[in-house]
Amino acid sequence: MIVIPAPASQIPVIELSGVGYTYHGPPPVQALHRLDLAIRAGEHVAVMGPSGSGKSTLLNLVGLLDRPTQGRLLINGMDMGAAPERTRAAVRARSIGFVFQAFHLLPHRSAVENVMLAEVYADIPRRRRRAEAMTALERVGLAARATALPTALSGGERQRVAIARALVNRPSLLLCDEPTGNLDTVTTGEISELLLDLHAGGSTLLVITHNPAVAERASRRLAICDGRLMEYQAGGRGGGPSA
Amino acid sequence: MAGHRREKYGELAGPRLRPRDLGTEVLAGLLQRPGRSALTMLGTVLGIGAFVAIVGLSQVASGQIGKQFNTLGATQVTVVDVAAARAHTPTLDFPPNADALVSRIHGVLGAGVWWPIIFQRATVSVLPGPGEQSWGMPVDAVSPGLLPASGAHLSSGVLINQFDESHTQNVAVLGQSAAAQLHISNLANAPAIFIAGQPFTVIGIITGDARLPQFNFGVAIPESTALRLWGLPNGQAAQMLIHTRLGAAHVVAQQAPVAIRPDNPTLLSALAPANLGHLQHAVTTNLNTLFLALAGISLVVGAVGIANTTLVAVLERAGEIGLRRALGARPRHIGMQFLAESTALGLFGGLIGSACGVVTILTVTIAHHWTALLDPRLVAVAPLAGGVIGLLAGLYPALRASALEPAEALRR
Repeated sequence: MIVIPAPASQIPVIELSGVGYTYHGPPPVQALHRLDLAIRAGEHVAVMGPSGSGKSTLLNLVGLLDRPTQGRLLINGMDMGAAPERTRAAVRARSIGFVFQAFHLLPHRSAVENVMLAEVYADIPRRRRRAEAMTALERVGLAARATALPTALSGGERQRVAIARALVNRPSLLLCDEPTGNLDTVTTGEISELLLDLHAGGSTLLVITHNPAVAERASRRLAICDGRLMEYQAGGRGGGPSA
Repeated sequence: MAGHRREKYGELAGPRLRPRDLGTEVLAGLLQRPGRSALTMLGTVLGIGAFVAIVGLSQVASGQIGKQFNTLGATQVTVVDVAAARAHTPTLDFPPNADALVSRIHGVLGAGVWWPIIFQRATVSVLPGPGEQSWGMPVDAVSPGLLPASGAHLSSGVLINQFDESHTQNVAVLGQSAAAQLHISNLANAPAIFIAGQPFTVIGIITGDARLPQFNFGVAIPESTALRLWGLPNGQAAQMLIHTRLGAAHVVAQQAPVAIRPDNPTLLSALAPANLGHLQHAVTTNLNTLFLALAGISLVVGAVGIANTTLVAVLERAGEIGLRRALGARPRHIGMQFLAESTALGLFGGLIGSACGVVTILTVTIAHHWTALLDPRLVAVAPLAGGVIGLLAGLYPALRASALEPAEALRR
């Protein structure tokens, strides 16, 4: 078992202890082996790993889109593994911002309307929504394209809209699943700059990627392989791979 | 357990989806593919439209039949002297003042007694004597009230009145055809005719009788005169015709025998008009059932169409469902959204269908110069029926949508 402890001074944003996940068969597949991870507020963590390594499963568990079959998963100190669905939905709405590889923008709505969608389920009063969505778009440098439809935006711009949507409710964690997977090199650079800016601005980031250039910029790098998590070489923090 | 959880996660009570937000999302969902939404509604439009048109047109038709029928049948009651028909000897169970007795009943506009007088041979002639030419035209005894009540239209002269009746006058009113046969057209000289040798003065000619058209071809004489000359009705029993106000016929029919013969009402039998409206209704109902069945089938097809489109939309929008779940939507929010979309499709379809149905009814009635009749409840219920169809059609797809696992939905 690998233990990656967090400083005791602070309640971690995410804390996984002994979390495992088994896909029900037949045959049952253990996608994640009992793993421990703590991410503190303000950290920028990258998780790297080849496809099939359990990256997506980890993301689904941390993003409360799925429940672990073993272990405890705490978000802001609350056990979310056993929480009722409505609580998990509320945490997703207010505490977690998702950024997907495929952007997942609604094609018939403008950039600002796509951002506002995140506010619907977070119970933000209607009259405040547009202003807050515009603020989020400004943060990603896209205020000028607020009324454009996704089809009129470039790949990088679409991902910026998606990031704005993830940011709009000021979540405690920004969860990015291959945020640059669908982008060219230049745009990848721009998006990873943006993620760095957000980190500098105080956001907590968990970025899942297999692009080393994106992972390099993270303050802490983890590797996942065959469902086991380990601190990346030269990470310098926590214990190295053992077991 | 629930309370414990609420306490534990109190601050993070489940996210809400406000009705207004739901409405916005549903509208956006429908307008995002307007062509498909319109085509999906088509089945409901046709079904509800056909339903409204059929029910509405059958109402119009019933009203139309009723209108034609009102002027005659619905305002007529016939009282038959049933005892006389059974008796072996000539009998008359109507008292001399029967007209007046019946006229006291509320809703009676006019009433009169009549019976045909049966002769062995042709009896009506212009000149007396056995050798003269005579005609076998019908001769009827009538009370003073009969001809006004039966709707006789006087072309010249006067009708038989109470004086003629009480003084058993030998006067006669001719139908126009009878007058033409007898070559009588001018009443200025008080022309006479002979009935079975008895002289009668012609005092009036009628051009037609709405209720008793046979009077157009015959001779009417006062009741008392007929009794004096030829005795009680010896062939067909006497009967009374009552002209009632619209809608009063059935009540009048119940009361008339008692009013005429309070001592023995069973001697008489009153016949209220058969409700032709119902009769006609029964005839058209078979046809309507067929059309309603067709409308029902198209409603089912419409419902299947909505269910199918919504189900396809659920599969197609799996990514959106996953996204919404990731953004904090609960399964029930997803289900409600799709259910509301299908209900809205049904409701809009029902509204458009009702409008089309009403336009159809108006077009048909205007083309036929009919009076358009429409039960307002039908117009209110029809769109709601469309909404219910949409709701039912959306149940299964909504269930599927809400059961979709977000992690899986996001991968699609």
